[in-house]
Amino acid sequence: MMKEELYEYILGVADNSLILGQRLGELCGHGPSLETDIACTNISLDLFGQTRSYFQYAAKLIGNDATEDTVAFLRTEREYRNVLLVEQPNTDFAYTIARQFLFDVFHFLFLDQLKNSNDLNLSAIANKAIKEVSYHQRFSTDWIKRLGDGTPESAQRIQAAIDDLWRYTDELFHTSNIDDKIIEAGIGVNLSELKDPYYSRVIQVLEESKLVTPESKWFQKGGKAGVHTEHMGYILSDMQYMQRTFPNMTW
Amino acid sequence: MTVIQGVHIDEQLIPILEKVSDPEIPVLSILEMGVVRSAQLDKNHVYVKITPTYSGCPAMDVIGDDINRALKKAGYTSEVELVLSPAWTTDWITPKGRAALENYGIAAPLNPEADKAVLLEGKRLVSCPQCSSKNTRMVSQFGSTACKAQFQCDDCLEPFDYFKCLK
Repeated sequence: MMKEELYEYILGVADNSLILGQRLGELCGHGPSLETDIACTNISLDLFGQTRSYFQYAAKLIGNDATEDTVAFLRTEREYRNVLLVEQPNTDFAYTIARQFLFDVFHFLFLDQLKNSNDLNLSAIANKAIKEVSYHQRFSTDWIKRLGDGTPESAQRIQAAIDDLWRYTDELFHTSNIDDKIIEAGIGVNLSELKDPYYSRVIQVLEESKLVTPESKWFQKGGKAGVHTEHMGYILSDMQYMQRTFPNMTW
Repeated sequence: MTVIQGVHIDEQLIPILEKVSDPEIPVLSILEMGVVRSAQLDKNHVYVKITPTYSGCPAMDVIGDDINRALKKAGYTSEVELVLSPAWTTDWITPKGRAALENYGIAAPLNPEADKAVLLEGKRLVSCPQCSSKNTRMVSQFGSTACKAQFQCDDCLEPFDYFKCLK
Protein backbone atom coordinates (compact mmCIF):
# COMPACT_ATOMS: atom_id res chain seq x y z
CA MET A 1 0.00 0.00 0.00
CA MET A 2 1.23 3.43 -0.93
CA LYS A 3 1.29 6.41 1.38
CA GLU A 4 -0.62 8.37 -1.27
CA GLU A 5 -3.45 5.86 -1.10
CA LEU A 6 -3.70 6.09 2.65
CA TYR A 7 -3.66 9.89 2.29
CA GLU A 8 -6.60 9.71 -0.12
CA TYR A 9 -8.47 7.41 2.23
CA ILE A 10 -7.97 9.77 5.17
CA LEU A 11 -9.31 12.68 3.11
CA GLY A 12 -12.44 10.64 2.40
CA VAL A 13 -12.96 10.29 6.13
CA ALA A 14 -11.86 13.72 7.31
CA ASP A 15 -13.55 15.84 4.63
CA ASN A 16 -16.94 14.74 5.96
CA SER A 17 -16.08 16.21 9.36
CA LEU A 18 -14.53 19.33 7.85
CA ILE A 19 -17.46 20.24 5.62
CA LEU A 20 -20.15 19.37 8.15
CA GLY A 21 -18.20 21.37 10.74
CA GLN A 22 -18.14 24.32 8.35
CA ARG A 23 -21.89 24.06 7.76
CA LEU A 24 -22.60 23.98 11.50
CA GLY A 25 -20.20 26.84 12.05
CA GLU A 26 -22.42 29.00 9.82
CA LEU A 27 -24.98 28.84 12.62
CA CYS A 28 -22.67 30.63 15.06
CA GLY A 29 -24.80 33.54 16.26
CA HIS A 30 -27.63 32.44 13.96
CA GLY A 31 -29.05 29.38 15.73
CA PRO A 32 -32.79 29.34 16.39
CA SER A 33 -32.21 29.62 20.16
CA LEU A 34 -29.18 30.20 22.36
CA GLU A 35 -29.02 26.53 23.41
CA THR A 36 -29.24 25.10 19.90
CA ASP A 37 -26.79 27.72 18.63
CA ILE A 38 -24.24 26.66 21.25
CA ALA A 39 -24.91 22.98 20.62
CA CYS A 40 -24.41 23.25 16.85
CA THR A 41 -21.21 25.25 17.22
CA ASN A 42 -19.87 22.88 19.90
CA ILE A 43 -20.49 19.96 17.57
CA SER A 44 -18.77 21.96 14.84
CA LEU A 45 -15.77 22.44 17.13
CA ASP A 46 -15.58 18.71 17.87
CA LEU A 47 -15.69 17.97 14.15
CA PHE A 48 -12.94 20.50 13.39
CA GLY A 49 -10.83 19.03 16.19
CA GLN A 50 -11.20 15.58 14.69
CA THR A 51 -10.44 16.97 11.23
CA ARG A 52 -7.23 18.53 12.54
CA SER A 53 -6.05 15.20 13.94
CA TYR A 54 -6.71 13.48 10.61
CA PHE A 55 -5.13 16.25 8.55
CA GLN A 56 -2.02 16.49 10.74
CA TYR A 57 -1.50 12.80 10.13
CA ALA A 58 -2.32 13.08 6.41
CA ALA A 59 0.11 15.99 6.00
CA LYS A 60 2.91 13.93 7.56
CA LEU A 61 2.21 11.10 5.14
CA ILE A 62 2.66 13.15 2.00
CA GLY A 63 5.46 15.40 3.28
CA ASN A 64 6.41 18.14 0.74
CA ASP A 65 5.88 20.88 3.36
CA ALA A 66 2.21 19.95 3.60
CA THR A 67 0.49 21.05 6.80
CA GLU A 68 -2.99 20.59 8.19
CA ASP A 69 -3.80 24.04 6.77
CA THR A 70 -2.64 23.30 3.23
CA VAL A 71 -4.65 20.08 3.27
CA ALA A 72 -7.73 21.90 4.57
CA PHE A 73 -7.61 25.05 2.49
CA LEU A 74 -5.55 24.59 -0.66
CA ARG A 75 -7.52 22.07 -2.62
CA THR A 76 -9.99 22.61 -5.44
CA GLU A 77 -13.58 21.48 -5.32
CA ARG A 78 -12.94 18.25 -7.22
CA GLU A 79 -10.28 17.27 -4.70
CA TYR A 80 -12.64 17.20 -1.71
CA ARG A 81 -13.95 13.73 -1.01
CA ASN A 82 -16.83 14.39 1.39
CA VAL A 83 -20.24 12.84 0.82
CA LEU A 84 -22.98 15.05 -0.63
CA LEU A 85 -25.06 14.82 2.55
CA VAL A 86 -22.76 16.96 4.68
CA GLU A 87 -22.59 19.84 2.20
CA GLN A 88 -26.37 20.35 2.07
CA PRO A 89 -27.39 23.79 3.36
CA ASN A 90 -28.95 24.78 6.71
CA THR A 91 -32.29 25.39 4.98
CA ASP A 92 -34.13 25.52 8.30
CA PHE A 93 -33.56 23.96 11.72
CA ALA A 94 -35.30 20.76 10.59
CA TYR A 95 -32.79 20.35 7.75
CA THR A 96 -29.88 21.03 10.07
CA ILE A 97 -31.13 18.36 12.49
CA ALA A 98 -32.06 15.83 9.80
CA ARG A 99 -28.64 16.19 8.15
CA GLN A 100 -26.95 15.85 11.52
CA PHE A 101 -28.96 12.81 12.53
CA LEU A 102 -28.46 11.01 9.21
CA PHE A 103 -24.72 11.62 9.50
CA ASP A 104 -24.31 11.00 13.25
CA VAL A 105 -25.79 7.50 13.08
CA PHE A 106 -23.31 6.65 10.33
CA HIS A 107 -20.43 8.46 12.03
CA PHE A 108 -20.86 6.55 15.27
CA LEU A 109 -21.00 3.13 13.56
CA PHE A 110 -18.01 4.10 11.41
CA LEU A 111 -15.80 5.21 14.32
CA ASP A 112 -16.79 2.15 16.30
CA GLN A 113 -15.13 0.09 13.54
CA LEU A 114 -12.23 2.47 12.89
CA LYS A 115 -11.24 1.94 16.55
CA ASN A 116 -10.05 -1.51 15.43
CA SER A 117 -7.93 -0.19 12.54
CA ASN A 118 -4.45 -1.64 12.09
CA ASP A 119 -3.25 1.93 11.79
CA LEU A 120 -2.49 3.16 15.31
CA ASN A 121 -2.98 6.81 14.44
CA LEU A 122 -6.42 6.23 12.96
CA SER A 123 -7.51 4.00 15.82
CA ALA A 124 -6.33 6.63 18.33
CA ILE A 125 -8.33 9.35 16.57
CA ALA A 126 -11.39 7.08 16.42
CA ASN A 127 -11.18 6.18 20.10
CA LYS A 128 -11.12 9.84 20.94
CA ALA A 129 -13.74 10.99 18.46
CA ILE A 130 -16.36 8.36 19.23
CA LYS A 131 -16.84 9.73 22.73
CA GLU A 132 -17.71 13.11 21.26
CA VAL A 133 -19.88 11.68 18.51
CA SER A 134 -21.97 9.73 21.03
CA TYR A 135 -23.04 13.14 22.37
CA HIS A 136 -23.73 14.43 18.86
CA GLN A 137 -25.92 11.43 18.19
CA ARG A 138 -27.84 11.92 21.43
CA PHE A 139 -28.45 15.56 20.55
CA SER A 140 -29.69 14.99 17.01
CA THR A 141 -31.76 11.91 17.93
CA ASP A 142 -33.40 13.85 20.73
CA TRP A 143 -34.31 16.66 18.36
CA ILE A 144 -35.66 14.30 15.67
CA LYS A 145 -38.07 13.00 18.30
CA ARG A 146 -39.02 16.44 19.57
CA LEU A 147 -39.70 17.76 16.09
CA GLY A 148 -41.36 14.60 14.77
CA ASP A 149 -43.57 14.17 17.79
CA GLY A 150 -44.02 17.91 18.34
CA THR A 151 -46.44 20.31 16.67
CA PRO A 152 -48.02 19.71 13.22
CA GLU A 153 -45.67 22.41 11.89
CA SER A 154 -42.49 20.83 13.31
CA ALA A 155 -43.56 17.35 12.20
CA GLN A 156 -44.25 18.54 8.67
CA ARG A 157 -40.89 20.33 8.46
CA ILE A 158 -38.76 17.49 9.80
CA GLN A 159 -40.56 15.02 7.54
CA ALA A 160 -39.84 17.27 4.54
CA ALA A 161 -36.16 17.47 5.51
CA ILE A 162 -35.86 13.69 5.97
CA ASP A 163 -37.63 13.09 2.65
CA ASP A 164 -35.32 15.53 0.88
CA LEU A 165 -32.03 14.36 2.42
CA TRP A 166 -32.82 10.65 2.20
CA ARG A 167 -31.41 10.47 -1.32
CA TYR A 168 -27.93 11.22 0.03
CA THR A 169 -27.80 8.40 2.59
CA ASP A 170 -26.77 5.56 0.29
CA GLU A 171 -23.53 7.31 -0.67
CA LEU A 172 -22.30 6.98 2.91
CA PHE A 173 -21.61 3.31 2.10
CA HIS A 174 -19.87 3.73 -1.25
CA THR A 175 -16.16 2.97 -1.58
CA SER A 176 -13.57 3.86 -4.21
CA ASN A 177 -10.90 1.46 -5.49
CA ILE A 178 -8.43 3.09 -3.15
CA ASP A 179 -10.81 2.69 -0.20
CA ASP A 180 -11.15 -1.00 -1.01
CA LYS A 181 -7.38 -1.48 -0.89
CA ILE A 182 -7.16 0.28 2.46
CA ILE A 183 -10.05 -1.80 3.80
CA GLU A 184 -8.34 -4.97 2.61
CA ALA A 185 -5.19 -3.93 4.47
CA GLY A 186 -7.20 -3.87 7.71
CA ILE A 187 -6.86 -0.10 8.03
CA GLY A 188 -10.15 1.13 6.62
CA VAL A 189 -13.70 0.33 7.61
CA ASN A 190 -15.78 -2.11 5.59
CA LEU A 191 -18.73 0.17 4.91
CA SER A 192 -21.01 -2.47 3.43
CA GLU A 193 -21.25 -4.06 6.88
CA LEU A 194 -22.54 -0.81 8.36
CA LYS A 195 -25.47 -0.45 6.00
CA ASP A 196 -27.97 -2.73 7.76
CA PRO A 197 -27.29 -1.48 11.29
CA TYR A 198 -27.46 2.08 9.94
CA TYR A 199 -30.88 1.81 8.31
CA SER A 200 -32.34 -0.21 11.14
CA ARG A 201 -31.24 2.39 13.69
CA VAL A 202 -32.46 5.31 11.56
CA ILE A 203 -35.82 3.67 10.84
CA GLN A 204 -36.28 2.81 14.51
CA VAL A 205 -35.80 6.45 15.53
CA LEU A 206 -38.08 7.68 12.74
CA GLU A 207 -40.81 5.33 13.94
CA GLU A 208 -40.38 6.43 17.55
CA SER A 209 -40.67 10.01 16.28
CA LYS A 210 -43.91 9.26 14.40
CA LEU A 211 -42.18 9.98 11.11
CA VAL A 212 -42.49 8.07 7.85
CA THR A 213 -39.45 6.34 6.39
CA PRO A 214 -39.06 7.47 2.75
CA GLU A 215 -39.72 4.72 0.24
CA SER A 216 -37.65 6.13 -2.60
CA LYS A 217 -34.90 3.81 -3.78
CA TRP A 218 -33.30 6.45 -5.96
CA PHE A 219 -30.08 7.77 -4.47
CA GLN A 220 -27.74 10.58 -5.39
CA LYS A 221 -23.97 10.15 -5.33
CA GLY A 222 -20.76 11.83 -6.45
CA GLY A 223 -19.13 13.59 -3.51
CA LYS A 224 -16.72 10.78 -2.79
CA ALA A 225 -15.46 11.03 -6.36
CA GLY A 226 -15.18 14.82 -6.10
CA VAL A 227 -18.36 15.55 -8.05
CA HIS A 228 -20.26 17.80 -5.68
CA THR A 229 -23.62 19.53 -5.56
CA GLU A 230 -23.90 23.21 -6.48
CA HIS A 231 -23.54 24.14 -2.78
CA MET A 232 -19.94 23.04 -2.47
CA GLY A 233 -18.35 25.94 -4.33
CA TYR A 234 -20.03 28.45 -2.03
CA ILE A 235 -18.81 26.61 1.06
CA LEU A 236 -15.25 26.60 -0.24
CA SER A 237 -15.24 30.23 -1.32
CA ASP A 238 -16.23 31.15 2.21
CA MET A 239 -13.90 28.67 3.91
CA GLN A 240 -10.86 29.37 1.71
CA TYR A 241 -11.29 33.12 1.45
CA MET A 242 -8.48 34.09 3.83
CA GLN A 243 -5.93 31.68 2.33
CA ARG A 244 -6.79 32.72 -1.20
CA THR A 245 -6.61 36.42 -0.36
CA PHE A 246 -3.46 36.23 1.76
CA PRO A 247 -1.58 33.13 0.56
CA ASN A 248 0.39 31.35 3.31
CA MET A 249 -1.05 33.55 6.03
CA THR A 250 -0.83 32.21 9.57
CA TRP A 251 -2.62 33.33 12.71
CA MET B 1 1.37 11.46 17.34
CA THR B 2 2.46 8.82 19.76
CA VAL B 3 0.45 6.20 21.55
CA ILE B 4 1.19 5.92 25.26
CA GLN B 5 -0.15 3.89 28.14
CA GLY B 6 -0.12 4.89 31.80
CA VAL B 7 1.21 8.10 33.27
CA HIS B 8 4.73 8.96 34.25
CA ILE B 9 5.65 12.30 35.72
CA ASP B 10 9.05 12.89 37.29
CA GLU B 11 8.57 13.91 40.89
CA GLN B 12 10.66 17.07 40.77
CA LEU B 13 8.48 18.41 37.93
CA ILE B 14 5.22 18.09 39.84
CA PRO B 15 5.53 21.38 41.81
CA ILE B 16 6.09 23.23 38.52
CA LEU B 17 3.34 21.54 36.53
CA GLU B 18 0.73 21.78 39.25
CA LYS B 19 0.98 25.56 38.97
CA VAL B 20 -0.11 25.45 35.33
CA SER B 21 -3.87 25.76 35.20
CA ASP B 22 -6.53 24.94 32.66
CA PRO B 23 -7.20 28.30 30.93
CA GLU B 24 -10.95 27.57 30.80
CA ILE B 25 -11.11 26.56 34.47
CA PRO B 26 -8.36 28.55 36.22
CA VAL B 27 -8.86 26.87 39.61
CA LEU B 28 -7.92 23.51 38.19
CA SER B 29 -4.31 22.50 37.54
CA ILE B 30 -3.55 20.47 34.44
CA LEU B 31 -2.35 17.65 36.70
CA GLU B 32 -5.70 17.49 38.52
CA MET B 33 -7.39 17.55 35.14
CA GLY B 34 -5.45 14.47 34.01
CA VAL B 35 -4.26 16.22 30.88
CA VAL B 36 -0.52 15.58 31.45
CA ARG B 37 0.27 11.97 30.54
CA SER B 38 4.01 12.12 31.01
CA ALA B 39 6.77 14.56 31.91
CA GLN B 40 10.28 13.25 31.88
CA LEU B 41 13.54 14.93 32.63
CA ASP B 42 16.59 14.17 30.51
CA LYS B 43 19.51 16.22 31.87
CA ASN B 44 18.05 19.71 31.64
CA HIS B 45 15.45 18.99 29.01
CA VAL B 46 11.85 18.04 29.76
CA TYR B 47 9.65 15.99 27.42
CA VAL B 48 6.00 16.53 28.15
CA LYS B 49 3.06 14.65 26.68
CA ILE B 50 -0.42 16.09 27.00
CA THR B 51 -3.75 14.82 25.77
CA PRO B 52 -6.79 16.90 24.83
CA THR B 53 -10.04 16.60 26.75
CA TYR B 54 -12.00 17.05 23.51
CA SER B 55 -10.49 16.87 19.98
CA GLY B 56 -11.39 20.47 19.25
CA CYS B 57 -10.38 21.85 22.65
CA PRO B 58 -8.96 25.30 21.86
CA ALA B 59 -7.16 25.36 25.22
CA MET B 60 -4.53 22.81 24.18
CA ASP B 61 -2.26 25.27 22.37
CA VAL B 62 -2.42 27.61 25.35
CA ILE B 63 -1.70 24.78 27.80
CA GLY B 64 1.32 23.76 25.72
CA ASP B 65 2.66 27.33 25.75
CA ASP B 66 2.00 27.68 29.49
CA ILE B 67 3.90 24.46 30.24
CA ASN B 68 6.90 25.60 28.19
CA ARG B 69 6.85 28.98 29.93
CA ALA B 70 6.62 27.47 33.43
CA LEU B 71 9.47 25.06 32.75
CA LYS B 72 11.63 27.78 31.23
CA LYS B 73 11.09 29.89 34.34
CA ALA B 74 12.28 26.94 36.42
CA GLY B 75 15.43 26.72 34.30
CA TYR B 76 14.55 23.86 31.98
CA THR B 77 14.29 23.57 28.24
CA SER B 78 11.23 21.64 27.11
CA GLU B 79 9.08 20.29 24.35
CA VAL B 80 5.40 19.43 24.50
CA GLU B 81 3.79 16.77 22.36
CA LEU B 82 0.08 16.17 21.88
CA VAL B 83 -0.95 12.51 22.19
CA LEU B 84 -4.40 11.10 21.44
CA SER B 85 -4.22 7.60 22.85
CA PRO B 86 -5.35 6.47 25.30
CA ALA B 87 -8.20 8.94 24.94
CA TRP B 88 -8.85 11.26 27.86
CA THR B 89 -11.69 10.35 30.19
CA THR B 90 -13.34 12.29 33.02
CA ASP B 91 -12.19 9.42 35.29
CA TRP B 92 -8.74 11.01 35.15
CA ILE B 93 -9.90 14.12 36.98
CA THR B 94 -8.47 13.63 40.49
CA PRO B 95 -10.63 13.84 43.65
CA LYS B 96 -8.91 17.15 44.41
CA GLY B 97 -9.79 18.29 40.89
CA ARG B 98 -13.44 17.32 41.33
CA ALA B 99 -13.58 19.32 44.56
CA ALA B 100 -11.99 22.31 42.80
CA LEU B 101 -14.61 22.11 40.06
CA GLU B 102 -17.46 22.10 42.58
CA ASN B 103 -15.94 25.04 44.48
CA TYR B 104 -15.67 26.95 41.24
CA GLY B 105 -19.36 26.38 40.50
CA ILE B 106 -19.10 23.53 38.00
CA ALA B 107 -20.83 20.25 38.91
CA ALA B 108 -18.41 17.32 38.58
CA PRO B 109 -19.25 14.44 36.21
CA LEU B 110 -21.51 11.61 37.42
CA ASN B 111 -21.04 7.97 36.39
CA PRO B 112 -22.02 7.11 32.77
CA GLU B 113 -25.47 5.69 33.62
CA ALA B 114 -26.46 8.67 35.75
CA ASP B 115 -25.00 10.99 33.11
CA LYS B 116 -27.26 9.46 30.47
CA ALA B 117 -30.26 9.68 32.81
CA VAL B 118 -29.80 13.40 33.47
CA LEU B 119 -29.00 14.34 29.88
CA LEU B 120 -31.57 12.21 28.09
CA GLU B 121 -34.32 11.34 30.52
CA GLY B 122 -34.51 14.57 32.48
CA LYS B 123 -33.65 12.85 35.79
CA ARG B 124 -32.68 15.12 38.69
CA LEU B 125 -29.40 13.69 39.96
CA VAL B 126 -26.84 16.47 39.58
CA SER B 127 -26.15 18.38 42.80
CA CYS B 128 -26.22 22.14 42.48
CA PRO B 129 -22.69 23.42 43.21
CA GLN B 130 -24.21 26.46 44.97
CA CYS B 131 -26.80 24.93 47.33
CA SER B 132 -26.23 21.15 46.95
CA SER B 133 -29.89 20.54 46.05
CA LYS B 134 -30.56 17.78 43.55
CA ASN B 135 -33.66 19.58 42.34
CA THR B 136 -31.80 20.50 39.15
CA ARG B 137 -32.61 20.16 35.48
CA MET B 138 -30.78 20.26 32.19
CA VAL B 139 -31.26 23.40 30.13
CA SER B 140 -28.98 22.42 27.25
CA GLN B 141 -26.83 19.37 26.46
CA PHE B 142 -24.06 21.69 25.36
CA GLY B 143 -22.81 24.51 27.55
CA SER B 144 -20.16 27.22 27.53
CA THR B 145 -17.56 24.72 26.29
CA ALA B 146 -17.83 21.36 24.52
CA CYS B 147 -17.13 19.47 27.76
CA LYS B 148 -20.02 20.97 29.72
CA ALA B 149 -23.83 20.98 29.71
CA GLN B 150 -25.98 23.84 30.96
CA PHE B 151 -28.11 23.20 34.07
CA GLN B 152 -30.37 25.13 36.38
CA CYS B 153 -31.17 24.59 40.06
CA ASP B 154 -34.90 24.85 40.74
CA ASP B 155 -34.33 25.52 44.45
CA CYS B 156 -31.78 28.35 44.51
CA LEU B 157 -32.57 29.13 40.83
CA GLU B 158 -28.89 29.53 39.93
CA PRO B 159 -27.82 28.36 36.47
CA PHE B 160 -24.63 26.30 36.44
CA ASP B 161 -22.39 24.14 34.24
CA TYR B 162 -22.25 20.38 34.57
CA PHE B 163 -19.05 18.67 33.41
CA LYS B 164 -20.28 15.88 31.15
CA CYS B 165 -19.05 12.35 31.71
CA LEU B 166 -16.60 11.27 29.00
CA LYS B 167 -15.60 7.65 29.17
